[in-house]
Amino acid sequence: MSHNPAASRFVPYAFAAPAVIIMVFGLLYPVAEAFRLSFYELRLGEQVSPAAFRGLAIFIEALGDSSVRESMYVTLKYAFVVVVLEMAAGVGFALMLERPLFGMNIFRTIFILPMMIAPICVGLIWRYMFDANAGPINAWLSPFGIQPTWLADSTLSFLAICVADIWQFTPFVLIMALAGLQGLDQSSIEAAQIDGATTWQVIRHIKLPLLAPILMITLLMRLIDALRGLEVVYAMTNGGPGLSTELFPLHIYKSAFVTQRMGHSAALSVCLLLVTTLLSLALMWKHNPLKRRGETA
Amino acid sequence: MTFTRRHALKLGALKLGALAAGSVALPYVARAQGTGWSKLRGQTIVVNWPAHPHYAVAKTLLPAFTAATGIKVELDEMQYLRLKDSQVLQMSKPKGDYDVAVYVIMWKTEYVQRKFLTELEPMFQNAELAMPGYDRGDIIKGYYEGLGLVGGPRGYLPGPGAKLYGIPYGAECSVLAYRKDLFAKHNIAVPVTYDDMLKAARIIKDKEPGVGGLAQRAQAGHQVTTGWLNHLTPHDGLVIDDKYLPRVADEAAIKTTQVYKEFIETGPTGGAAFDFGQMLNSFLQGQSAMYCDTISVFGPAADPSKSKISETVGYAVHPKAVKHSGELGGFGMAIPANSANKEAAFAFIQWMTAKAQDVAATAAGGQPMRLSTLDNADVKKRYPVDIYRECLKISNPDWRPIINEWTEISEKVMGVHLSDIITGKAEIKPSLTEAAAKIKAICERAGYYKT
Repeated sequence: MSHNPAASRFVPYAFAAPAVIIMVFGLLYPVAEAFRLSFYELRLGEQVSPAAFRGLAIFIEALGDSSVRESMYVTLKYAFVVVVLEMAAGVGFALMLERPLFGMNIFRTIFILPMMIAPICVGLIWRYMFDANAGPINAWLSPFGIQPTWLADSTLSFLAICVADIWQFTPFVLIMALAGLQGLDQSSIEAAQIDGATTWQVIRHIKLPLLAPILMITLLMRLIDALRGLEVVYAMTNGGPGLSTELFPLHIYKSAFVTQRMGHSAALSVCLLLVTTLLSLALMWKHNPLKRRGETA
Repeated sequence: MTFTRRHALKLGALKLGALAAGSVALPYVARAQGTGWSKLRGQTIVVNWPAHPHYAVAKTLLPAFTAATGIKVELDEMQYLRLKDSQVLQMSKPKGDYDVAVYVIMWKTEYVQRKFLTELEPMFQNAELAMPGYDRGDIIKGYYEGLGLVGGPRGYLPGPGAKLYGIPYGAECSVLAYRKDLFAKHNIAVPVTYDDMLKAARIIKDKEPGVGGLAQRAQAGHQVTTGWLNHLTPHDGLVIDDKYLPRVADEAAIKTTQVYKEFIETGPTGGAAFDFGQMLNSFLQGQSAMYCDTISVFGPAADPSKSKISETVGYAVHPKAVKHSGELGGFGMAIPANSANKEAAFAFIQWMTAKAQDVAATAAGGQPMRLSTLDNADVKKRYPVDIYRECLKISNPDWRPIINEWTEISEKVMGVHLSDIITGKAEIKPSLTEAAAKIKAICERAGYYKT
């Protein structure tokens, strides 16, 4: 059978082509469309063709809007708080749960339950939990004479939405860290223990460095997810009081469905995409988990 | 299996039997139909309406409608503020899925301006479609005009140019509900003025542990704006004037905001985050001594399964500040312009809002929209009809400006600034001045100031 080297060079591209085509149309087309819409003064339900082209004017208007800036600030603060605490708690729990203890499988299952609940239900559950009159949290606090009005106070409501997210997504970090811990090379750990390393020293100098690639991926996923948070805050506070819990995706949602300015909403989505991309690139640039060992940054 | 002549005869006999049974069981509804309704039999209409106490009652009437007309109903029910998202998307398409859309009063002008709705007057003039004895004159005038007419003065008030696009269903005005037992215990007179109401709120907060004065809606967005608006026109305030200039930072608005904030401070715990349901429940569960909002309290307050205070509720007219003025709002039923079943949809709207059904819905805890219903003996037993009539007299169709941009002004401007004010994050005057500037910018963008 004859072999044509020139033709065979294209075989891998031919095999990859369907996936690339799906990627282009399935992933890039909607993003490109959002970019296009962001240049038009378009109302919900209208066609693009008669809409007025405003170019970058919508972006300039959006960036000059104090509510947009405040919402972005709230979102970055929220993402920082929840991601840091989820990472710390998730890794901590994973280190505690990695040991073969009695009933550990049951505990692990219970721990991941919150992650299986739809975010809108999580919002409703925590709205009830934080209810100043009927909520169990205030019922538990009442013997101490404390009755916070959780969702009617700017600081407390921000704390409340953070608690809801930490409750739901710490299990995700836990699962990722646990999977990483179980895949670690035991010989390094045993060697350190023979050399007299304490438990903390093993964690600090052996386990965490070896886990770093997995933790970086987890951190990235949580960061991106936190910047997209919508349903929980929608159900719990609707962004209030004032704008104190108005995460950027909720601001975008209100722009689209309350003010019905689809072009404005698309421009805000593009801004969020840029912020998320920049933060992700910054993280990847410093600690790229996909980089081969030995390569420098 | 083959379909024989015997099968056909059997099927025909069964259908005739069922039809006869239906006529016997529902003598009134079977007769009260337009002459052309028989051709609508077998059609299915899709109705988009809110999850709301009145519509929960209305749902129980649907089997009778289908039995009477042969028109099947598919319901798409959702939280009332979410209706608009779905309706706008559906009504923007060349052919929409909804045959009946229930709108909140504040969306009516925008829907008509965007050509989303079917004008109803020509349908009422069609003898085949109009329901005999429907009697539009019997519908409470304020509701009929406020919820149904669009295109008049300011775009939403009755007057020259106004046309009919919807029929009120679940319409509301405001009323003051109070706890008779607590008022008697602390020797408080039934509030007639805002000063009385504030005084009562302070006394309750001071002397009745665990109970707040007035329950209000105050969650950021639409809810806080509506709560505040409830007190605005009694203080002779307006959101925008006839020239579309904002008035939300004038003396009346500042006074209103001070009063509203004090009601929040003397109200139930956590009241600054209440939506409509939480406000209502706070009153029904005995956590607040007063409620001053829509008449949708009537049904649940009288129902012991929903209310701990069913035996001790008293009603009064919305108190007076500078003047008597109450809200006028609620829902209207309309036919989307892109509906494929407009005639069946029109039959549905008439049937649901006809005299007999209005009495049935009201007797089951719904909200009356006809004068004849208020004269019904059973309804009189259940409702404080005399107070209701007085509330209707002071209901103000211009208590909020139903311009196209209202949702944006309500949710994204006033809904944020008022929330900041009542939670102590912002001062009244500077925050309202900033809100006024934002409203002016919105009106400018919309072209209201073009000469």
